[in-house]
Amino acid sequence: MLAFQIMNGLTFAALLFVVASGFTLIFGLLRIVNLAHGALYLFGGYIGFTISKLTGSFLIGGIGAMLCVAIMGLLLDQGLLRFVRGFELRQVMLTLGVAFVLNDLALVMWGGDTFTVATPEWLQGAVVIGSLFYPKFRIFVLVVGILVFISLWLLINKTRLGALIRAGVDDLEMVEACGIDIRRVFLVTFMLGSALAGLGGMLGGTFLALYPSADAEILVFSLAVVIIGGRGSLVGAAIGSLLIGLLNTFGQVWFPQLAYFVIFGPMAVLLAFRPLGLFGKAA
Amino acid sequence: MSALFTSPLRIFWLALLACGMLAPLFLPTYYVSVATQILIFAVLAMSVDVLAGFAGRTPLCHGAIFGTSTYVVLYCAAHAGLPLPLAMLLGVLAATVLAAVFGLLAVRTSGVYFLLLTLALGLIVWGVCLRWTQVTGGENGLRGQLRAQVGLSSRELYAAVLFVVAIVTFAMWRFVRSPFGLTLRGVKDGESRMSSLGYNVPLHLIIAFTASGYFAGIAGALYAVFNDFVSPSTVQLSQSVSGLLMAIVGGIGTLFGAFVGAFLIIALEQAVSMFTERWLMVLGLTFIGIMIFAPEGVLGKARLIMAARKLQK
Repeated sequence: MLAFQIMNGLTFAALLFVVASGFTLIFGLLRIVNLAHGALYLFGGYIGFTISKLTGSFLIGGIGAMLCVAIMGLLLDQGLLRFVRGFELRQVMLTLGVAFVLNDLALVMWGGDTFTVATPEWLQGAVVIGSLFYPKFRIFVLVVGILVFISLWLLINKTRLGALIRAGVDDLEMVEACGIDIRRVFLVTFMLGSALAGLGGMLGGTFLALYPSADAEILVFSLAVVIIGGRGSLVGAAIGSLLIGLLNTFGQVWFPQLAYFVIFGPMAVLLAFRPLGLFGKAA
Repeated sequence: MSALFTSPLRIFWLALLACGMLAPLFLPTYYVSVATQILIFAVLAMSVDVLAGFAGRTPLCHGAIFGTSTYVVLYCAAHAGLPLPLAMLLGVLAATVLAAVFGLLAVRTSGVYFLLLTLALGLIVWGVCLRWTQVTGGENGLRGQLRAQVGLSSRELYAAVLFVVAIVTFAMWRFVRSPFGLTLRGVKDGESRMSSLGYNVPLHLIIAFTASGYFAGIAGALYAVFNDFVSPSTVQLSQSVSGLLMAIVGGIGTLFGAFVGAFLIIALEQAVSMFTERWLMVLGLTFIGIMIFAPEGVLGKARLIMAARKLQK
């Protein structure tokens, strides 16, 4: 039973990491707290649901969801955020407005019913690990989470783009002064972060469910992860996801009705000692 | 008080304001209830403005603090059988305590971090209200007959709310004008300067946060009597956002602008809901529009446009 709960916590943490890593990437580099991230997650789920239903392929659904949500990110950045560049609070509040619009739009397009994306055949059923029967799909989510972590880590630490992103997080003016077109790096990061929200929506839509307030719920978790992990830190996001994922799962077992309250604890303790999160740096 | 009555023009405006405030008493019931709602939300917006406009910290949890008070009042009065005045007192107390806890956690952060943290704290309140079904009734919420219990007609309720709101507004005005309020302004303009002058900045912010939560709690308690119903939608993010939007539309840092903001937003909500159910979308679009075109608020924008015209002449 304990092993089962731990696995549940780990798989939920993997989902959280996929969503929150996109959030923290955008926050770290662009200094934009994209509060529409939860709405992008929800759209990713709904779009993935629709595409995979039409085509009958989970994979095409997932790719479609990531592409569509990346394009939504592009439109959000180029269409709206460009008007408020440089004003941190205005940016945040603008994305909040976008979150409301998107949430309501999703309600218009898909209605208020609960959907789950159909699990593809090759991921149905359970795996036996020792004495534990565990759903294959949740293991798949865990694997995806780990793959996303590895590829993001490689991207950030081993590629030119990653070097630019890291440099941008540390000192933006200096990068620009070196003659780098940081706007393009910004745009790529924004689209990458959005695509991760879309991927998260697809995964979450399969093993959790999609409903009109799912965006706010995932947003709380992502915020908690980033508050714990610190702005723009990949490792911080991973640790934060693990902490929140496990706490939330065990919270639901021990105090089913107050599970939300349980994530409040570590956040409070951490903030008392490190207001900027575990790996956060002052902007 | 003397500053308020210095010129005859001011007195004229105040008289006009008083007439405007009393006018709803002679209008049909529908308008009376809309006017009551405007007054209640103006208090919420002012409580946001106390933090955003005077302490330089923009909060996104005031809807949750407001709604906590509403929940406590309805639970105590309709389910625990306490008398209404005691229930309202407890509601305000709960909101104040909650705000003090939030304040303790949040004051070390500023700017975007503060916004994020208060947002997360407010969402946690929402999550608890949604899931803790034994106490909060979950999605179904809590219903009561508070207004029937005290036997107030909607006009009498408006008059009572107006009375309370007038006192609360005066209290907030005194609060931001007090030496303490001036120190808060100092914190807003130069935090490091204030702390090097020897002011205990975190303590000031915690007190400001608690006071602002106290005012939001009063608004929430009034709302419980006005609405007789509370559900997770009362504590959800859109409530905090509407409160903030009202404060912004009225002009951050003007305090009384909150009345204008509350009037405009609620009038818009009422007008929109006649044609469509998509109020949230309109709220979002309004927010985006205000952020892009008029972040200084409608009044501030109007003032800027007037000033530009004068310059051209």
